[in-house]
Amino acid sequence: MKRTEPLEIYQPTSVNEACRIIKQSGPGGHFLAGGTDLIIAIKEKGWVPRYVVDLKRIPSLSEILTNSDGSLVLGALTTMREIEISPLIRDRYPFLAQSAAEVGSIQIRHRATIGGNMANATPSADVAPALIALDAKAKISGENSERIVALEKFFVGPGKTLMKPDEILTALIIPPHPATLRGEYIKFSPREMMDLAYVGVAVALAMDERKKVKHVRIALGAVAPIPMRARKAEAIVLDQILSEEIAEQAGGEAAKECSPISDVRSSADYRREMVRVNTKRALLNAASEHWRPTSWVERRDRRY
Amino acid sequence: MKRKITLTVNGKEQELEIEPNRLLLHVLREEIGLTGTKEGCSIGVCGACSVIVDGRLVSSCLTLAAGCEGRDIETIEGLAKDGNLHPLQQAFIEYGGFQCGICTPGQIMAAKALLDENPKPTADEVKEWMSGNLCRCTGYYKILESVMAVVNNKISPDFQFRKREQQAKIQSLDVYKPVAKTD
Repeated sequence: MKRTEPLEIYQPTSVNEACRIIKQSGPGGHFLAGGTDLIIAIKEKGWVPRYVVDLKRIPSLSEILTNSDGSLVLGALTTMREIEISPLIRDRYPFLAQSAAEVGSIQIRHRATIGGNMANATPSADVAPALIALDAKAKISGENSERIVALEKFFVGPGKTLMKPDEILTALIIPPHPATLRGEYIKFSPREMMDLAYVGVAVALAMDERKKVKHVRIALGAVAPIPMRARKAEAIVLDQILSEEIAEQAGGEAAKECSPISDVRSSADYRREMVRVNTKRALLNAASEHWRPTSWVERRDRRY
Repeated sequence: MKRKITLTVNGKEQELEIEPNRLLLHVLREEIGLTGTKEGCSIGVCGACSVIVDGRLVSSCLTLAAGCEGRDIETIEGLAKDGNLHPLQQAFIEYGGFQCGICTPGQIMAAKALLDENPKPTADEVKEWMSGNLCRCTGYYKILESVMAVVNNKISPDFQFRKREQQAKIQSLDVYKPVAKTD
């Protein structure tokens, strides 16, 4: 039976208090949100934090809010399940809800938080490409300080972010988008459920009346040290009518842009090829009439 | 350093003094003595340790007990009422939804959480919801059949009665009679 090592847990009730605890207690501490990564790390890797700061007692970190300018604020402790079923997100950014629904099991999604997932900076995190495709920003709070950075810049390497040890990711902010914004997230993984992505592709785009692409973001997961944007592929699609040919070209460009590794799940070459195929599919799906995600059975049986 | 916590487990308030690193799974099993909740993979993949905390299905192997202060916890032991099985428990028996049984408490709690939220799910919705509950012996169709039997109201109303009848029948079979000595 796997057990966690003894550890001290602090349960602050404000962000300032949490930052103070980290400052006073020194290095070797770790923040705890949903615990679905931290507790596994403690059990599996034998890694023992000196102490843990549980953030779940801090109110206001687990809300989904709309600002007056139309931007959407996701509190860092919002669970994957809350994002998956939020009527607001399902209506405006259904592919973001879809990406959250791709994470683990229902048991995990009831606990895993979006902030914890981003702060862990796993390159294969499902929600990261969808958020980057939405130009999301990370709100980072320290003791009496606050800064906002683009989520794309927030990640600096596998498991690494630009946060200082005494800073907390408190929210993810999605800037306002036109109502015509549509998108798609494709998780390509060995099994349909309960698995990590070989490749994740998120696309967000807006078209004018003549179906010309006026805004496009393509974000890739699991194929670089950090979730990344495929800027050259975006440039191919921008100001074009999204034909199969254009999507094919963009897919090829995205495959060149990414830098996957070979590991137990798949080889780098295979990942690259899957980036090509799935970027094309994601673009065409996003531009199609039926772009809103449906049940997993329909998604599985869909012909591209 | 131990700390005091209060949990409501199956409607009963429990005051405990525990180390902050203890997991809900181990507290349920070892402090409260409710060993129905099982430990399988211990890393949140298999679903054997599923319990319902404040109406939400979670893996108790990844949940710190100290974080459950004041919460309402349902385990498999809380399902049967007054000696009568919960419809899901009955369905798993009637439709053969288990063999070795170690995943069963988790399967039933997962199914209960689903039916609490959506009393009329489709078979596909059940499959999707229960993808985090692994079974290595029965196979999944018997489990799906059991859950769908509850959804479609196909469990026997006279189950308890039939059980007694069957027991009587088994006992009356020849194999249970003492073998006559043949010389």
